[in-house]
Amino acid sequence: MTLLEFARGPGLYASLAVFVVGTLWRLAAILRRPALPDLSPAREGAPSKLAGALHANVRAMWPRPAFQHGTLAATLNGYAFHVGLALVVFGYAPHIAFVERVTGLSWPALPDAVMYLAASVTIVALLIALMMRIFDPVRRGISTADDAISWTLTFLPMFTGMAIASEPSSVILARQDVVYAGPLAVHLISLELLLLWFPFGKLMHSVLFALSRGASGVRLSHRGVGL
Amino acid sequence: MSAAAGQAPAFDSQGTLPDAARVDAALGSFAREFGVTASLHLESCVRCGLCADACHFHLATGDPKYTPVRKLEPLRRAYLREASPFAPLVRALGLARAPTIDDLHEWQELLYDSCNMCGRCTMVCPMGIDIAELVRLGRHGMFKAGLVPERLALMDRTARQWGSTATPGEDLPDILAEAAAEHGVEIPCDLPQADILVTAAPAELGEHTKALAAAAKVLNRAGLRWTMHREGFDASNVGFNNGDLELQERLTRSIIDTAVKIGAHTVLLPECGHAYGAARWEAAKWYGKALPVRVMHMTEFLDELIAQGRIRVNPIGESATFHDPCQIVRRGGLEAAARRVLGALGFELLELQDHGTTAFCCGGGGGVVSNQRATPLRHKVFRIKQEQVEATGARHFVTSCGQCRITLEQGAKHVGWNREVESLLELVADRMAD
Repeated sequence: MTLLEFARGPGLYASLAVFVVGTLWRLAAILRRPALPDLSPAREGAPSKLAGALHANVRAMWPRPAFQHGTLAATLNGYAFHVGLALVVFGYAPHIAFVERVTGLSWPALPDAVMYLAASVTIVALLIALMMRIFDPVRRGISTADDAISWTLTFLPMFTGMAIASEPSSVILARQDVVYAGPLAVHLISLELLLLWFPFGKLMHSVLFALSRGASGVRLSHRGVGL
Repeated sequence: MSAAAGQAPAFDSQGTLPDAARVDAALGSFAREFGVTASLHLESCVRCGLCADACHFHLATGDPKYTPVRKLEPLRRAYLREASPFAPLVRALGLARAPTIDDLHEWQELLYDSCNMCGRCTMVCPMGIDIAELVRLGRHGMFKAGLVPERLALMDRTARQWGSTATPGEDLPDILAEAAAEHGVEIPCDLPQADILVTAAPAELGEHTKALAAAAKVLNRAGLRWTMHREGFDASNVGFNNGDLELQERLTRSIIDTAVKIGAHTVLLPECGHAYGAARWEAAKWYGKALPVRVMHMTEFLDELIAQGRIRVNPIGESATFHDPCQIVRRGGLEAAARRVLGALGFELLELQDHGTTAFCCGGGGGVVSNQRATPLRHKVFRIKQEQVEATGARHFVTSCGQCRITLEQGAKHVGWNREVESLLELVADRMAD
């Protein structure tokens, strides 16, 4: 078995299994923690729990004016690599072809030029995030091994992907053989490492953020706090 | 016992538990309290550090140790080891170090001296993490471990003995009689039946009886049937702030049970922020079911009386700025009520740069005002509020929490700032029309 065969076969399916089972396990374990009902009467005119949770989710997407001075740069940088990652993962034609091979699902791809721009912005934004974590005393003081591992495993697929995206996607997709088998295997393995780590570290926030925001939204909107 | 010699770092301890037992007590408390919301919040943090930009202790000092989420570090480690989805794995592989007694000593300052549980950090957190509530969980464990600032522990012992940090209940009739005589107002006490049970903050039973008299004037003018009562009168609930759950329940029950006993339909809370947090939002938890009485803060009570026309006020017609008490506004939802009362007083409201749900805390909430050793830190924080008040150019500086007033007055005195902090209640009482 070649490295690419491993990456496309057992490596992929094993990492997907850990990703799915681990994520569900973590989610279920959190949601099964005890919950005390709030027996206090809600503020008159308070929204429903669902409305409070949704409102809090929308509100948290952008910092309040009072905080923009100190948080705008970090917020914009965060959006840069989140949006960039999403575009690259879901918009790049070879990625869509890969997903189609595995699941049968397909959707229109974005132009290569958009992908190159998104990937470049993402890599730069991730590097800026790393610099902030290393040089900002606040972030340095609260960082853990999870931050280093999660950053590395997010950066690696971007980096290894750029190394094999030297041709237009139409050329890559039209070709029957894989020219860069080694680099492609490394790229796939870097993705599989990300999937393996996902349930155990902070990357899980991509699932938990809505619940976390929603929980505070429910609590505060019950009290009539204007979110 | 105080281990502090002069300046911080400081930690105090109570009792004679050996260190290992203290750690066990703290960890046991944490593990019991990790509910679904606390778990979601501890699991969702991406350690972006934005909470530091909301915390007045960090902004005033520039010290990264005051980053709000950092104050949760031992709690986070305890969670990972004891309650997280992969806790057995974490313990087996040693992925999170168990908190030690040294960690807890260091943590005491971060939890009690430099956190007001004001919740401003929640407003900036992109994950919506309620750090204030997690700090409270931390305080519960610290109390169990006997690791509370000594001044707060002293208040706790007093409240356990007297049911109040101010006075034993049997002295209440005399205190009220003196206040009534001093201010020329009738203050009923221990009536067997009343519609409203009126409670007080400890300071109102000592140096600040004017606030008590102001409440009495308003209630009497509105023609309401009310009383204070020796069996349940102190609303401040030091257990809520200290992390003493047993005391919090006892103090809560004393008020609710007394209200039920005298047939009251309403418990009226004083101008006190944490009283509101403890009674309005948490009393039912201790009561075990929906409360049989309505719990109201003085601000919403005034708002209702004015709206119903039961009292009328003569407009002052000058400019004012308003300090939003955290537990009443950001965590209590009474932002609009206070402004309606200010409007009834005819004030031209000049808002602080940061107001409403993003207002800065006075620096004294969460028991910090009573924690003497935190005074230098509190005074640094005061500068933020002072600058914002001065920038408004307002004639009056008003708030609706007695603890905030005391904190702000102490800060003003420290820096020689000649500015009176006025009570919304007292302004209403002083300006009531015939």
